[in-house]
Amino acid sequence: MKNIIQVKNISFHYPDKPLLFDNLTLDVHEGEWLAIIGQNGSGKSTLARLIDGLIVLDKGQIIVDGLTVNDQNIFDIRNKIGIVFQNPEDQFVGATVEDDVAFGLENRQVEREKMHEIVKKSLMDVSMLDFRNRIPANLSGGQKQRVAIAGIVALSPKIIILDEATSMLDPRGRNEILDLVYQIKKDNQLTVISITHDIDEAANADRVVILNEGRIIDEETPENIFQNTGQLQSVGLDSPYTSQLLAALKHRGIKPQRSYLNDEELIAWIKQLISKK
Amino acid sequence: MSNFLFGRYLPGESWVHQMSPQSKLLLSFYFVIVIFFANNIASYAALLILIMGVIILSGVSISYFLKGIRPLIWLIIFTVLLQILFSSGGKLLWHFGPFSITDQSLINGGFIFIRFLLIIMISTVLTLTTTPLAIADGVQTVLKPLKGFHFPVDTLALMLSIALRFVPTLMDEMETIMNAQRSRGVDFGSGSLKHRVKAAVPLLVPLFTGAINHAENLSTAMEARGFTDSEHRSKYRIYRWQMKDTISWLVFLAVGVLVLGIRKW
Repeated sequence: MKNIIQVKNISFHYPDKPLLFDNLTLDVHEGEWLAIIGQNGSGKSTLARLIDGLIVLDKGQIIVDGLTVNDQNIFDIRNKIGIVFQNPEDQFVGATVEDDVAFGLENRQVEREKMHEIVKKSLMDVSMLDFRNRIPANLSGGQKQRVAIAGIVALSPKIIILDEATSMLDPRGRNEILDLVYQIKKDNQLTVISITHDIDEAANADRVVILNEGRIIDEETPENIFQNTGQLQSVGLDSPYTSQLLAALKHRGIKPQRSYLNDEELIAWIKQLISKK
Repeated sequence: MSNFLFGRYLPGESWVHQMSPQSKLLLSFYFVIVIFFANNIASYAALLILIMGVIILSGVSISYFLKGIRPLIWLIIFTVLLQILFSSGGKLLWHFGPFSITDQSLINGGFIFIRFLLIIMISTVLTLTTTPLAIADGVQTVLKPLKGFHFPVDTLALMLSIALRFVPTLMDEMETIMNAQRSRGVDFGSGSLKHRVKAAVPLLVPLFTGAINHAENLSTAMEARGFTDSEHRSKYRIYRWQMKDTISWLVFLAVGVLVLGIRKW
C-alpha cells in the first residue's frame, strides 16, 4: 500500500523545552483511517502541526504525497491537507456560514462564480445549506464543526486531520461529526488522521497509534490495541467500555471466542448467550 | 454593546437596503458635510425633508430612529444649553452672571438640535439597513484609492470583519465570567461608581487572556486554510454600484446645491 505521509526520523522541541520527538518515524497509508491516541502533552497535536508545516522541524523529513514539507512546498501541501481543530469557535473566520466556507477558496483566488458553486455544494455535503446566512453566534458547536468540515471539503484535499475535533462536543454531536467525516472519506477516497484521547473514537479506526511522551509505543489494529488494557492504563488512557465489560465477564468465567468485540458484536454475543440459557 | 452593533440591523428589501454599502457610506459622509453648510431655516428645512424621504424609503418605522436618539439625549441637551447660554449677538432677553439668552442664541440652539437630529438620523439609516459585514466591505471599497500609498486596506477590512465576528463570542465569554464571579459573591449592579469600576477589573483580565488565546488559535487555523496575506485573495461577496445608487446620489447632490444656494452667505 502506498504511504501518503512519511514521517522520517524527525526531532522536534519547543523553545526552552526538552526534546519532544527524538527520531520519530511513522507512515500513514493512503485511504486509511488512522487514529493517534495519547494523553495531553504526548505530542499528538504537535505532530499534526508539523505535518501541515505550521511549525518547523529540528531534524528529519516529512513527505506528504510525494512532496517534502518545506518553505517552497508549504502551500501545495496545505492544499492537500484539511485540519479540523479542537475549538469550533477559533476556526470560524467568516462573518457568516457561507463566508467562512469561502475563506479557503478566497485564499486560493478562486473565481467568484465558481466559488459560489463550490460553497453551495460543500454546504450541501454537510447538510448546512439552510444555515448559510447564519452568524456563528447562532450555531451550536457541532454545527460550527460541520461548517469547518465544509470549508475543508470545498478545497478537495486528500487528507483530513481531526485534531481533537470532537472533544468539545456532546456525545450526539460527536457521533454525527464522525459519521459525516466517515461518509466524506468514503465518497472522496480520502485519508483521515484522527488525533484524539477519546478511546471510542479510535475504536472505529483502521489502525491505532499510541503516542506517549513523544514516542510511539504501539501501532496496531484497534482490536489488538484494546485487548491490551494494561498497556492503555500504563499510558493513562481508559480502555473502551466494551473491553472493560469483556474483562469483567472473563473474570466471572464467561469467555467470548474473540478477544475484542465492538458494540454491535458484543450486543449480539450477549443476546446469543441469554437465548442459549 | 451587542444591541448597538448587531441588534440594530433590520433585514429588509427596501430601496435603501438594496443600495451598495460603499455608496451609502459615502452618502452619509457627504450628508454630514452638507449639514454644516446649512445655517438658516430654509436650508435646514430642505435637509429635514430629504432625510424624511430617506426614512420613508428605508421602510423602517420611525420609532427605531427615536430609539437611536435616546442614548445621546444628554449630550444633545448639554450642547444646546451651552449654545443658548453662552452665544452672543441679537436682542438680549435674559441674563444672570455670565449667562445670557438672546433671540439669536435661541435660534442657534434650535439649529444645533436639528443638526444633531440629522446626523443621528442618517447614521441610523446606515446601520439599520446595512449589515456590519457589508459596512466592512464598504469601508474596503471606499478606502481602495489609499492602496496607491501602500495603505493596507485589505488587511484593515479583514481585521474589521474578524473583529465584528468575534464581538458576540467575547460577549458570551464575558457573561460566563460574570456569572462565575457572581456565584462567588461579586456584586456588579450596585454600589458606588468606584466600587463598580473595581468590580469590573477582575472581569477584564480573564476576558483579555481569552481573547489572546482566540487570536492565537485563529491565526493557526487561518494559516492551515491557506491564508498568506490579505492582498492576494479573491472576494466571495461583491456589492455592485446600481441604478438606485446613481439616482440617490443625483438627489443628494441636487439638495446639496440647493442648500448652498439658499443658505445665508
